[in-house]
Amino acid sequence: MSGNLSAIQHSQVTAEIVNQLAFILGSEHVSTSPSAREHHGHDESFHKCAPPAVVVWPTRVELVSEVIKVCNEHVIPVIPFGTGTGFEGGVTAVKGGVCMDLTKMDQILDVRAEDFTVTVQPGVQRSTLNNYLHDTGLWFPVDPGADASLCGMAATSASGTNAVRYGTMRENVANLQVVLADGRIIHTSGKGRSTKKTSAGYNLTNLFVGSEGTLGVITQATLRLYGRPETTASAVCSFPDVQSAVDTTVQTLQCGIPMARIEFLDEAMIDACNKYSHLSYTVTPTLFLEFQGGEKAVNENVQAVLEIAQMNGGSDFQWAKKLEERNHLWKARHDCWYASKSLIPGSSAYSTDACVPITSLPECIIAAKEDIETAGVKGPIVGHVGDGNFHIFLITDPDDPNSEKNIRWVAERVAKRALSVGGTCTGEHGVGLGKQKLLLEEIGEEGVRLQWQLKRMLDPNYIMNPGKVLPQLP
Amino acid sequence: MGVLGPKMAFRVLVGCKRVIDYAVKVRVKPDKTGVVTDGVKHSLNPFDEIAIEEAVRLKEKKIATEIVAVSCGPPKCQEVLRTALAMGADRGIHIEVPDEEYASLQPIHVSKILAKLAAQEEASMIIVGKQAIDDDCNQTAQMTAAFLDWPQATFASKIEKTNGDLLVTREVDGGLETIKVKLPAVLSTDLRLNEPRYATLPNIMKAKKKKIDKKKPADLGVDITQHVEVLKVEEPPVRQAGVIIENAEQLVSKLREAGHIQ
Repeated sequence: MSGNLSAIQHSQVTAEIVNQLAFILGSEHVSTSPSAREHHGHDESFHKCAPPAVVVWPTRVELVSEVIKVCNEHVIPVIPFGTGTGFEGGVTAVKGGVCMDLTKMDQILDVRAEDFTVTVQPGVQRSTLNNYLHDTGLWFPVDPGADASLCGMAATSASGTNAVRYGTMRENVANLQVVLADGRIIHTSGKGRSTKKTSAGYNLTNLFVGSEGTLGVITQATLRLYGRPETTASAVCSFPDVQSAVDTTVQTLQCGIPMARIEFLDEAMIDACNKYSHLSYTVTPTLFLEFQGGEKAVNENVQAVLEIAQMNGGSDFQWAKKLEERNHLWKARHDCWYASKSLIPGSSAYSTDACVPITSLPECIIAAKEDIETAGVKGPIVGHVGDGNFHIFLITDPDDPNSEKNIRWVAERVAKRALSVGGTCTGEHGVGLGKQKLLLEEIGEEGVRLQWQLKRMLDPNYIMNPGKVLPQLP
Repeated sequence: MGVLGPKMAFRVLVGCKRVIDYAVKVRVKPDKTGVVTDGVKHSLNPFDEIAIEEAVRLKEKKIATEIVAVSCGPPKCQEVLRTALAMGADRGIHIEVPDEEYASLQPIHVSKILAKLAAQEEASMIIVGKQAIDDDCNQTAQMTAAFLDWPQATFASKIEKTNGDLLVTREVDGGLETIKVKLPAVLSTDLRLNEPRYATLPNIMKAKKKKIDKKKPADLGVDITQHVEVLKVEEPPVRQAGVIIENAEQLVSKLREAGHIQ
């Protein structure tokens, strides 16, 4: 069944098509310049740049629909683009086509503070929204690190450091406006609706969340907001080894202590962060913790976690209480990607994204470290251990011809080990280009076959971000 | 740090201006008399927010005993006072200035108002943002200090209390300058002084119950007659496309054509 779709021959973008697009959008919203195309042909991953034939900037959903209709008629790929901060090559135009940069649709609509929802267009980035909301006492807590487009985050089912408390995009998108391959504009929960819960019909919203642009283009998202916590305190705790740090995490969760963030950094990552972000933490496996809530509750939780940590040989907590100190700490955490890359100048990096049941976490991380050592590569580890999710930032060494091969070896072993303990090969980054074979192993042939059936129904001409997510069936 | 003997009042007056939100793309009105403000998001001037945060931190350190937030303008100014109250100010004062007169309200008027209020409220310190992000005047703190004949410490990036004085680190062109000022004093905040806390829902609720007194400039004996007339407001010229030049000879000839060299 997949064979039919993948065999589709897409058409080239001719000068006539470009003119048609310029007629629909205005020539100032269409570009074939090499720099615009190069910029829109890659993301933050190591996947090679595959530039689209043309980049367009629609300003309204009706224009998005018109452009998609033209592309569908001529069988030309359409690749949606937000901030280009993805990790899996989701925006690479591997079959050419039209890159649709949605950032000119940048309105924050319908802030319903008392109902805890807000509607945003694709050009609204996470920090823009939180700045806009800052005097309402509300915030959108899904924080993948990058200042990504919120609709892009919906498309990749993004998560982040706060998921342990607030969930991921899957739990926090109430409604989406999507343009389908035939140009139809739909509202997945019905126009203007956003309730805390619903039993009305199929869950179309979560069909599109995580679809990585392969089922339709997201042009609006209604998000769930939360109250800013009354008290926030962040702390750093050092451990003698990986096992004790991860055990502390597992035991904390099993005690039901409501953590806001639990992030693990191995000694290689702490070292990289110290150098890059000018910190001076002990170079040893470490947990960065964040507690949120009323003052009494926070103090109780802190005591409880401190006891667990100390039982496992953890150090005293080093505190960051003032907003500036906490921001500095978490910025350092989010800069781990760049900190890792700067270990080897000129390197590129590949991030693994295994996510496993928390009981399997210690063995997976320890085995991963052994693989890293065996392969002789640099791979600092950082992870949302509260979700059972950890990332190894494998750094290529431009001077070592075997470095890429060795990195792929480690990445594959980590992913397969995750699958073998009942986990997933991608907790939050998506499948994109590189994890398709793993998807087959993870979901199984029948599940993937069903996904192809849905894809064929929604996108019979295979124009929606072709070449991504779904693997060829054997 | 702290006070000896019976607790003395240390009242801090904080100036809070309602301005167009920094993230908004500002547009000039078609009649070129000003910028579009209708339906545009407004918020508390970011530097004033830093001032409120600093005042709240002084209260948490038990240096300040009461924080009074002040805003001058039409009724909508009460929104920024509520933000200040939600961050931890104790009460607010709204100096009512109707829309037409607000358009010509200048730092000279505001500083007279703050000076009079400081005397009435027996303030020990006045703290304002170094400038408002709409007019960028950077005058109110300085003028207020002059009217009161109080010392001023502007562009503060660090404030410490030592006995009866303040030790203030200022951001100046050459770097940082630390000065000692006697209290009472006027301070203005710079960006790196602190990162303001977020207002939380419970605090926003509590703020609704805090008092906001209303006064008029005339009640303080302040004349807000217009001093400055705005003649025209225009957008900056649209950026022209650049020209790629092949070599030095072409560069010289183009510079000559444009009259930049002889």
